[in-house]
Amino acid sequence: MFASIVLAVSLIEVGWILASLLSLFVVLSVVVLILTWLERKALGRLQRRLGPTRTGPMGLMQPIADALKLVIKEDILPSASDKAIFWVAPVIVVVSAFMIWVTIPASPGSPTSQGLVVKNLELGLFYITAFAVVGILGLVLAGWGSANKYGVLGGLRSAAQLISYEIPVILVVVAVAMLAQSLDLRVIVASQNPVLYVAVLPLGLVIFFIAGLAEVGRTPFDIYHAESEVVGGPFVEYSGAHWAVFFLAEYINTFAIATLASLLFLGGWLGPFLPGVVWLLIKVFALVLVVFWIRGTFPRLRIDQLMAFAWKVMVPLAFYTIVITAVYLFYDWPAWTLTLMSLAGLGVVGYLLYRRVSAPGKRVAVVKARQEQQSAQRRAANRSRGGLASVK
Amino acid sequence: MVEVSSTIHPDGQSVELLLNMGPQHPSTHGVFRMVLWIDGEKILGVEPHIGYLHRGSEKICEGEQYHQIITLFDRLDYVANFNNELVYCQAVEKLMGLTVPERAEYVRVILCELNRIASHLLYVGTIGLDAGAMTPTMFAFRGRERVQALFEAVSGARMMHNYFRIGGLKEDLPDNFEQMIRELLPLLAEDIEESDKIITFNEIFISRTKDVGVISAEEAIDYGLTGPCLRGCGYEYDVRKAEPYSVYDRFDFEVPVGLDGDCWDRHWVRVQEMYQSMHIIEQALEQMPEGPVTSSLGRRLIRPPAGEVYVRAENPRGEIGVYLVSQGTDKPYRLKVRPPSFCNLSALKRLLKDAWVADSVVILGSLDIVLGEVDR
Repeated sequence: MFASIVLAVSLIEVGWILASLLSLFVVLSVVVLILTWLERKALGRLQRRLGPTRTGPMGLMQPIADALKLVIKEDILPSASDKAIFWVAPVIVVVSAFMIWVTIPASPGSPTSQGLVVKNLELGLFYITAFAVVGILGLVLAGWGSANKYGVLGGLRSAAQLISYEIPVILVVVAVAMLAQSLDLRVIVASQNPVLYVAVLPLGLVIFFIAGLAEVGRTPFDIYHAESEVVGGPFVEYSGAHWAVFFLAEYINTFAIATLASLLFLGGWLGPFLPGVVWLLIKVFALVLVVFWIRGTFPRLRIDQLMAFAWKVMVPLAFYTIVITAVYLFYDWPAWTLTLMSLAGLGVVGYLLYRRVSAPGKRVAVVKARQEQQSAQRRAANRSRGGLASVK
Repeated sequence: MVEVSSTIHPDGQSVELLLNMGPQHPSTHGVFRMVLWIDGEKILGVEPHIGYLHRGSEKICEGEQYHQIITLFDRLDYVANFNNELVYCQAVEKLMGLTVPERAEYVRVILCELNRIASHLLYVGTIGLDAGAMTPTMFAFRGRERVQALFEAVSGARMMHNYFRIGGLKEDLPDNFEQMIRELLPLLAEDIEESDKIITFNEIFISRTKDVGVISAEEAIDYGLTGPCLRGCGYEYDVRKAEPYSVYDRFDFEVPVGLDGDCWDRHWVRVQEMYQSMHIIEQALEQMPEGPVTSSLGRRLIRPPAGEVYVRAENPRGEIGVYLVSQGTDKPYRLKVRPPSFCNLSALKRLLKDAWVADSVVILGSLDIVLGEVDR
């Protein structure tokens, strides 16, 4: 009888977890639909366009129309492809994107209920960083399995890019974990109660956000699926529902990066007056809009520049973050010293980077000066000939 | 799984790969095809293939009457139609010794410079896409669309105008042209400035294009580069200045030149040329006289005297030349075009050597080819 009770309890638990996974999937799908609509609208406004308007009020039905189109489309399997790899690659990508969300909490929870999360883990951050790497495997497999040279190039690019940018993300996460003395996302949010970590560690947010952009492959780091070079990279041979699955994973990942950044640095659900979930959504969508804004502004980097940026700028800066956090914790200095050290690092590197990057543009002054000199000479010559003056 | 059309390097490490780009590729600007021989992300060699848009325009010209050929020239460089029409009309006019009415010359200059702006705006949009930015395209195409609306009001067509005639124009401008262009110019200036601002000094764009695809002025001349591709190297050569045609000697404008001859300088020269073209249009509007725009020829069938003539002009892409041989009949005996895109493209092999794969599209974009003109 005891055994049957245990069985019943564990069955209820399994059922509960399945139900919450299902609802998580539904919520994430709706979020992806909203994100695609929001991206189209935001980009449209940035480019002085309207974005979708014909499908429903304000084009709200556009994502549904897109999804229907993608599902109905013929799913083409290239004859030269490695079938098993070709089929399994999208699954790996989307499952790893989905699994990250299992342990991202959306509310503080209480002793009696665990709040808005499938399963909060004490090693949540460790779990998330571990699963974030798995998606790369799917991309490489997709590129290789589709028997397309552009696919292979894109897959190799994605491997190089994502592994490089995983390092600064993990290092920054370590710095945050040192501050909170925990890997539990709830504890991290709770420990930001008086002061948000963005005030203490602004450098951390910048590194996390930039490296996060590279992790999900968004502009200016959308190198592995660059349309103008490798025409979609690993996705080039995919169509229909399989392509939609990649698309889904990309948006889930974008949302995950924004959510993690707001949990780790912006205090998650902390905030006055409004309910916690609303605060979290405000912060997350603000970050997502920044992602879209960047997409509307910047061109794409080249692969060598991308790698140089990762290893020469991001990784040393992330190490610097860890060092200053450790010094701050060891000597028990006041919090503003960490802010100062963090801002100093950001300022120095930002200035050096700016100088280096804007140097060629400044040389245009040389060209302009030469132009003006030449035109002055020409005008003087014209005047002495009476050439132009006679016409005017 | 990839079919191995590649060889193992002697050191056994890297694999060289033959990568086909085009004729169906989003960044080969039409139906250009290049076969890249790459080692990882480095380009070892490139084999350009042209001819996918070959329509035999030059041969068709030999079977058409002189007035009919204007429509064929519209279709050579299909983003700079008025400039093409102008150079052909000038060739026949030179052969026949015609003088064009003053007003028609000014109208031609205004339309050609507007077309230069439209063409360069298209370039700004496409180089943005090649480098991975999508917003400049939207800004640039809005300006281009405005210009094309004006062209439609003037000639009845957005692109294939067939508006210039040998000895003048098809008809005078619409009555409200002055008002339309006065309204257009400030908007166009805003569009140019916007698309310039968002991309030209963007740090990532600079790092993608500066010191990429460098060519010296000497080499550029050896390859026969003209137009912005040559001026980007710092060599000041513009047919409008070097050998003024039409009424270009009456305007005050600068010839922008670059410094290093890289992709960014070519881009910068084009952007500055748009500002100069605005300047020319404003002067032309002020100076434009009243009077007839059609020649005494009317719509008669023309038979130029036997002889041959070579005429050149500055197109948005460089120097276009037309070599025309007449035997006194109503059709040309031979018509040869020296297309700027084709000559500029000849430097591609040299520019792509040891570049990155991602640079190939930027370099090709900075040469700003139009396949209708390359293949003819």
